[in-house]
This record gives sequence, C-alpha cells and structure tokens, in this order.
Amino acid sequence: MATREADIRARDVRVDLLEIGRMIEPGSRVLDIGCGDGDLLYHLVHDRRVDARGMELTREGVNACVARGLSVVQGDADRDLVDYPTGAFDYAVLSQTLQAMRDTRAGLEQMLRIGKRAIVSFPNFGYWRVRMQLLFKGRMPDTETLEYPWYNTPNIHLCTIRDFIELCDDLGITIERFLAVDAGGKRSRRVHSTRRANLMAEQALFLLAFNGERDDSGAPVYR
Amino acid sequence: MNSIALPHPNYVEARRQHGQDDDPRGSVMRIDAVPFRLVSGAELPEVTVAYQTYGTLNANKSNAVLICHALTLDQHVANPHPITGKEGWWESAVGPGRIIDTNRFYVICANVLGGCLGTTGPKEINPSTGREWGIDFPVITIGDMVRLQAAFLDQLGIPDLFCVIGGSMGGMQVLDWAARYPERVFSAIPVATTARHSAQNIAFHEVGRQAIMADPEWRGGSYYGGPGPKAGLSVARMAAHITYLSEAGLHAKFGRKLQNREALTFGFDADFQIESYLRHQGSTFVDRFDANSYLYITRAMDYFDLAADYGGLLANAFKGTKARFCVASFTSDWLYPTAESRAIVHALNAVAAAVSFVEFETDKGHDAFLLDVPEFYDVLRGFIGAAAEKRGL
Repeated sequence: MATREADIRARDVRVDLLEIGRMIEPGSRVLDIGCGDGDLLYHLVHDRRVDARGMELTREGVNACVARGLSVVQGDADRDLVDYPTGAFDYAVLSQTLQAMRDTRAGLEQMLRIGKRAIVSFPNFGYWRVRMQLLFKGRMPDTETLEYPWYNTPNIHLCTIRDFIELCDDLGITIERFLAVDAGGKRSRRVHSTRRANLMAEQALFLLAFNGERDDSGAPVYR
Repeated sequence: MNSIALPHPNYVEARRQHGQDDDPRGSVMRIDAVPFRLVSGAELPEVTVAYQTYGTLNANKSNAVLICHALTLDQHVANPHPITGKEGWWESAVGPGRIIDTNRFYVICANVLGGCLGTTGPKEINPSTGREWGIDFPVITIGDMVRLQAAFLDQLGIPDLFCVIGGSMGGMQVLDWAARYPERVFSAIPVATTARHSAQNIAFHEVGRQAIMADPEWRGGSYYGGPGPKAGLSVARMAAHITYLSEAGLHAKFGRKLQNREALTFGFDADFQIESYLRHQGSTFVDRFDANSYLYITRAMDYFDLAADYGGLLANAFKGTKARFCVASFTSDWLYPTAESRAIVHALNAVAAAVSFVEFETDKGHDAFLLDVPEFYDVLRGFIGAAAEKRGL
C-alpha cells in the first residue's frame, strides 16, 4: 500500500523497529516488553496488522500508549512476566531493554515461555568504539547508545554479542536470525560472522526460538 | 417519606429546558419480564428502573454507553440532582464535547436495583402488602443489578453497548457485564474497583450497617413515615467517607486545623475541621439516601466475588472475551488498592484479552475516580477515542 509506505516514511519509523516488524507475520500476537511511548507497538498495529500488546514500567509511557489507542499494561518486566500464561503470544519483544533488566537470564527464559519466539535487541558492548574508550581512555564508554554516566545508568547488565550468544547456547535457545544495527537505528545489515559483528555492530537484533524439551504446561525446560 | 416528591428547582429547570418537565422524577420504565428472579432465588413481582439518557442513539444502535454508578450515587450523571440541586456527579466527563461525548454517544445511566432514586428498592411499595418493602426486600447482588440493566436495555431496544464504564461499585458492574454478557460489551472501563470484596471492605460496610441498625429510629427497617435512622445513616456515611479519602489528602486539606475557633474547647463539639467536614457529609447524605438501600447495596457489594461464580478462577470469567478493557487505579486508593486492579489485569492477560492498565498518581484516595485527574482523563479520552474508531463511530 503506497499510502501506508508514505505514512511510515512520514513518521520516520526507526530502521530497527521496521526490521522487528519484518520478522513478525501480520495477524500474529505480540507482547512488547518495555514498550516506552509505543512507537514499535504503533508500527506493528497500524502498519503490520499485528495484534500487539505492551508492558511498560513508567506511567508516562503507559499514558502515552493508551492515549494512542494501544493496549498497554503498566508493569515491571522483572516482576510481572511470570503472570502471563505460557504460549500466550507468538512473539515476545524486548527492544533495547535487555540490559536494563535486573535478572536478564530469567527475563529471557520468561520471554520464550510466554512467546513462541522472542525478538531481542540490545547495545553491543563489544563494539570497537566501546573497546577503544576503555583501552585508550581508560574510561567507561560514552556512545550514542550508551549515553548515561556510569553512576546512574539504567543499563546494569551490558553484554557483547558473543556474551549473548553464549547465554542462548547455555539455555538451549536457538538463534533463528541475527542483524547488526547501527546506533541511530538508521541502517541494518545481515552479518555472516558474529565475531566480526561483535566488533563492528553498535546494536544487535536477534530472533530466538526454543526447540528443546518442554514440561507438561508447555513451558521450556532450560538447560 | 423523603423529599423526592419535591425536586430541587435546579433540576426542574434543567428538565424544562430539555422538554421533560412533565415528569419531575426523570424517566422511569416498568420492566415487562417479571417476575424478576434474583440470584438468591427470590422473585420480585414488579420491577421499575429509573434512568437518565443523554445524546441520541444512532441508526444502527452502535453508540450506546452505559455508565454504572457507585454505592451512593445515582442516575443523575450529567444533570442537576433532583434533591440537592448540585450538578451531575460526572458532569466533568460526560456532556457535549467531553470525554464521554453526548454529541457522539447515547449515554445511559440507570439507578441500581435496591437503590432509592426511583428503581425498585426497599423504600418502594411491596405490591403484596401495599406498604414499603423495608427489610422484607430480598437481598440482591451485583449480578442482579447487571441482569436488571440488561433487561432494561432489552426493553430500550439496545442490543449491545459500545462501552460500559464505572468506578468503585460501578466497576464491579462493569466486570460482571463483561463476564455475563461478553457479546454485548465492545469495551469496558472498570475504574478503582475490585473483582471481590476483601475482609477489610466487608468490615467497613458492617460498621456502617450496624450504625444504622443501632439507631432506634431504624425500627427494624419499618421507619417510613417517621424520621428514619438519620443519626445511624449519618455515622455510616462518616465512617465510609474516610475510606474514600487518603491520609495524605486528609492531612493536606485539614491537618489539625480548628473549625471557626482559636483554641480547643475541651468538649466534644467539632473542634477540628475534619470533624465538621465529616458531620456535614453525614447530615447532607441522609437527605438524599435511604438507610435500607444503604444496607442492601453494601450487602450486594460484600457478596461480590466474581471468581467464585466461575469456578474460583477469575480468568474463567473472561474466557473468550472480545471486549477491549481499560483498567485504572489510583495510588492513594486504599479501599480498592492497585493490587486489586492488577488481579483483574492478570486474569484478563491469562485469557489474552486486549487490556490496558494504568495506575494514576494522586493523593485523592478512592474518590479520585470521580474527580478530574488530568492524566486519568487523558487516558480515558485516548482509550474511548481509539475504541470508537475501531467500532466505526
């Protein structure tokens, strides 16, 4: 639809959100965890015909979303994901929030219990500029994606792409797709070497699934 | 009897302006589907519903909004009250161009079953005795209130509701509507409410009821024609009113300020402003509310436990619902605290319902649902607007 495409361009939807949208088939049921002001939700609902819901910690974010006509529940991803039933969604999305969770591993486990698949994006701490700042300046990195000073950053569980891949391996989670995204979410590209991406990618975007053993309730049995 | 026979001049004038001055009590409908069988098994041989409507029903009857009122409120949502002459209890949200836009929606509010402003209740005449029901009136439930509203809407010719909205006991009715008649509810907004009355909720109600029944003028419920249990009802209202406010709100408004005096009087007069305020709340309440109605409606609220009606699991109540929900609570509401709303949200999540939930920051306590909390109104406007778009309104 030409008008739809024009509308997306007019709203200047970030490329990483468009990429997430492309990973999700129309008609799917999606939970966006930490949905902020609802930019991704709005894109999914209006441009992709996805049945998307949100969870957001801040009252301001929830208000903004509901005022946009989106279905969003005020909640804390670290505490409230356990209340969602197993397999309730086709996709659980965690966009730029992974590094701010208190218990990242449990959060990831919950996502692949609630959703048949999970989509996760996060800033890559292995990015060469981050490494350079530590190596040459001896200072905590200050980049476009890591803009908070070390003493009051919400980003308490930073990781590199390789770290994340290792966690997925440990849990028996399958990586179905992987994209490298630049800081502003302006450009994305397929990457064949995760080792290279770990150095070159400012942000990472993963599509995950759990294909292992499940218990009677259908919940994954993680390693 | 009480002063309903003499409506307030403001109300009379408002009705005259609407071309309704022929009927000073407002619109009343006699329900055809009688006897009306209650959850308890008892039957009401005759039932009347008193109601107000605002706006116009559209051609395909898709723009009806039902407002469910709280314990001591009534159908006068957006017009002057017939007894007090004060403006409607939700005039800040309901009216032309307002959040519940009467230019766009057909807004209905009916006095609940057991109420005292025209709908059948304990102060109406028992057809079998020719006298007021008093405590011979059968005990009713929230479900009975909702079933009567449904029968009433059937008779009005309204197949389904674009939106059911209500706070407090009104929110209980909203939940019961969504559970009982899922195909008749397009969107539901339960505000500052709970899916079941807690021990603390029941306890406060029991204090109120005992205050009424301890008043000698209650006379076993047969006080009609006499002065009635004004002192008891007034105390019940005072106790309840405290639960509608917050400690912080009370402190901000009254603190320890004295009432029209420079020093303590060393007596039991209303030295403090808060005392004077509560006494005023109590004494004005008895002019507009029937003590027996207070007993029956508080009982209905105490009996409310939606999960119990659905095998003990609240989620079962909402299984398969297509309705869009907007659940709202207020930080300083300790009568129906946010945890109660969260329980509702969890149940709705469990059945994959389209639910939004917001907790609003305010020191206004439970009463916040009646007040113009700007963020709350923004969210209501957004939710209703988006739902209306979805409905094609």
